[in-house]
Amino acid sequence: MDLDKCIACGACSDKCPKRIPNEYNEGLDKRKAAYVRYAQAVPLKYGIDAENCIYFQKGKCKACQKFCPTGAVNYEQQEEVRDIQVGSVIISAGFKPFDPTPYVQYSYANFTNVVTALEFERILAASGPWMGHLVRPSDEAEPKKIAWIQCVGSREVNTCDHPYCSAVCCMYAIKEAVIAKEHSHTDLDAAIFFMDMRTFGKDFERYYEGAQEDGVRFIRSRIHSISELEDRSLQIEYATEDGQARVETFDMVVLSQGLETAPETIELCQKLDIDLSPGKFISTSCFEPVTTSRPGVYVCGALAGPKDIPLSVMEASAAACAAAGKLSSARGSLAQEQEFPEERPVAGDVPRVGVFVCSCGINIAGVVDVEAVAEYAKTLPYVTYVRNNLFSCSQDTQDKMAEVIAEEGLNRVVVAACTPRTHEPLFQETLVNAGLNKYLFEMANIRNQDSWVHSGDPEAATEKAMDLVRMAVAKAALLAPLQEVQLEVTPGAMVIGGGVSGMNAALNLAAQGYSCHLVERDNALGGNARSLRVTAQNQPIAPYLEELRERIEAEPLITVHLNTVIKEGEGFVGNFKTTLAGDSGEEVVEHGVTLICTGAGEYKPSEYLYGEDPRVMTHLEIDQAVLGGDLDLSEVNKAVFIQCVGSRDPEHPYCSKVCCTHSVESALAIKEANPEAQVVILYRDIRTFGERELLYKEARSKGVLFVRYDLEHKPEVKATDDGLMVTVRDHVLDRDLLIEADLVGLATAIVSHKSNDLAQMFKIPMDSDGWFLEAHQKLRPVDFATDGVFMAGLAHYPKPLEEAVAQAQAAVARAVTVLSSKEMMLPGTVATIDQRKCVGCGVCWTVCPYQAIDQDENGLAVVNEALCKGCGTCVASCRSGAPNLRGFTNQGVMAQILAL
Amino acid sequence: MAKAKQVTGAVMVVGGGIAGMQSALDLANSGYYVYLVEKSPAIGGVMSQLDKTFPTNDCAM
Repeated sequence: MDLDKCIACGACSDKCPKRIPNEYNEGLDKRKAAYVRYAQAVPLKYGIDAENCIYFQKGKCKACQKFCPTGAVNYEQQEEVRDIQVGSVIISAGFKPFDPTPYVQYSYANFTNVVTALEFERILAASGPWMGHLVRPSDEAEPKKIAWIQCVGSREVNTCDHPYCSAVCCMYAIKEAVIAKEHSHTDLDAAIFFMDMRTFGKDFERYYEGAQEDGVRFIRSRIHSISELEDRSLQIEYATEDGQARVETFDMVVLSQGLETAPETIELCQKLDIDLSPGKFISTSCFEPVTTSRPGVYVCGALAGPKDIPLSVMEASAAACAAAGKLSSARGSLAQEQEFPEERPVAGDVPRVGVFVCSCGINIAGVVDVEAVAEYAKTLPYVTYVRNNLFSCSQDTQDKMAEVIAEEGLNRVVVAACTPRTHEPLFQETLVNAGLNKYLFEMANIRNQDSWVHSGDPEAATEKAMDLVRMAVAKAALLAPLQEVQLEVTPGAMVIGGGVSGMNAALNLAAQGYSCHLVERDNALGGNARSLRVTAQNQPIAPYLEELRERIEAEPLITVHLNTVIKEGEGFVGNFKTTLAGDSGEEVVEHGVTLICTGAGEYKPSEYLYGEDPRVMTHLEIDQAVLGGDLDLSEVNKAVFIQCVGSRDPEHPYCSKVCCTHSVESALAIKEANPEAQVVILYRDIRTFGERELLYKEARSKGVLFVRYDLEHKPEVKATDDGLMVTVRDHVLDRDLLIEADLVGLATAIVSHKSNDLAQMFKIPMDSDGWFLEAHQKLRPVDFATDGVFMAGLAHYPKPLEEAVAQAQAAVARAVTVLSSKEMMLPGTVATIDQRKCVGCGVCWTVCPYQAIDQDENGLAVVNEALCKGCGTCVASCRSGAPNLRGFTNQGVMAQILAL
Repeated sequence: MAKAKQVTGAVMVVGGGIAGMQSALDLANSGYYVYLVEKSPAIGGVMSQLDKTFPTNDCAM
């Protein structure tokens, strides 16, 4: 397929006679041999699958070529081999969902209504085989009862050699159950069969609790077998926790398949001489979480160990930081800045509006009479040019539009097509290429808001399209060119917090060539890590901290401020001004970006004799005592660890993520020092996610005992004459166990510092637990909605050291996207205040979600254009009509309404 | 004096799922040329097959 010619009209696919299973929908429906992977694919270009194409296989057909309107089909295309020179490589080849087909115990191959979780995603999806209707495959009837089976291909060594936990399946199963209940027309009975519920991420525990409240059933059991009944329903045999055999029938069973590395990816890694972990993921050190064993090659995402989307995105930015670290001298040497023609002045000219009506293949033209809309547009005031395009967004049409704008001397452009959300930037770029200010543009959405929703009534849809075009033209005639504010960027950073995240952030900034101020309120760098013994890979942390400190000291680009706090902060992206207060008085520092790495604290419990008996210690206290030589693990004979102390309870309704692994590590260290020691871990769910599961497995094999308790029956600790006595309710035996102990370790929660002052100074939000709230939980995990401020480490949420390091690198990568631009252009669509109308009542600066409005010396409102995001809240709130939003002026909006 | 080692200001990213896309964007936005290599005909990876995402129930697309 010639990508420059393909306009993604879909004619090739319509006419292609060959139907094959559609991999995008996991084979639940069919696609053609000429196809596009999915409707929103990027690039949106059709391709021919030569393995299934009749022409390629049998030499005849060519239907696609015959019907392609642009001559894009080219059967002569050959594979090209290109040698390219790069400074570094990032491998992000991802994972493969575990395929349960070969394993009889899952009954996947034989029973139609046993589906994989990914198949179930497609069943739920509006773009899936049943358009989002919840049905089961055998008879397309709506299931009333669905079971999810967890740990399919995870935590399983007997059949599939996957000793690790896939880390995401608990959460996605809960999500699928919740969404399925939403889709269901009946009261869907959703049951999840699990071993440990691992909801360890930010807001995951709340999601789990929400699902329980919604009636999702959680059954702690590894199922025995699945059998099929005559009506294709499925019978599950399982044992309850207290050992009773049960049988239950479900309409459908979903297998929560784990993540594994694809064989071809393993081959690629071997070819590149990159070391793999025991679970066949790329092996990395906790201290360098995105660095592979091969110098210059970095890794991110699920290929570096099973993980969810936010962590993958975080690591992706981290890998970008690491990959760029050694290349900073060549920054900008190959990437080219785009050049644009000079802007044509239009002020004072009579509007000459050009209207482009898009057919969007048959998306719009199949319902709306686009020719009639185009003819109608010609009759509207100021319209001097009208054209109908098959696909307005295709590259050739864009080029044509730029030509027409210049030739016809158009000074306003209206595109009647799809949504500005996705396509406005594209058309604005075309305007800029034609020498027009990009704000002289308006879109009418005659697809999403018209042809798609009124497909049953073409006549009315055509009429509505005319209305929408008339409104857009009325507004367009009033549009004025807007100037974007240019901001200089101060090329330095402020890193607040000198723990592992802050230290790594500072070092990575320096590696990229940027100076930074590293501010720490304590008298030494290191943060919580100073009280930590080892990483999850059993690497000692103290030497690592020492190395970081030495590197920071030797780095001229880093200025360290110890015993220093932030007194005042003001400014905005590119131009922050922060007042530090330290031993030597106050100092004002100017910086372009701010990195919040302020960490978190350890919860101090008021139960389990903590603070009363010295043998009851928190994790950090045990580690500290061992590091300081005050505690000899070989002298510990009877240790009990209690999990979830202060976590997953009403006060802290979240999982602290690191404590299960920490207890297992400590248990192993005790067993190592004294193999005869009795070590018991009292837990609610063991959450050794990812390859930490191997530690859990090792601990069990070495004789560490795990006893589950629940929140209603918390363990009790009592001091006796010979030591400590821990009482816990055993679920299997349904009776109290009495365990003697000479050391009780409390896996205490990680709690937020709740830094309200920082939140206010840097205009960054906090959630109800006190964690700073990122711009987007999935896609912008280290950014804030406030530009130029980023975060890393425990200030975001409890996390292990390797994630803090990765997050620090990620925050640097994101910060460098700001620092590397000498100046920034801010959008022209910002609010202005007509001070003649302003009475200084204060409503606008109260409602402004970006704190972009200040009071001037006369008490009147002024907009800080660098902070304004153009949301329009101030305009809507003002009683005197003083604010106006450029690009969406009151006059423009009124003209649109009056035109209707 | 040792000659400064010449480096190439370009990075190859292998795999165009959510991680690869984010790496590529960050690198391109900080001044490096990026080759994003993807074996399938569209970028997006497994995330493009997901319906909603936890814990916010946002649409994956």
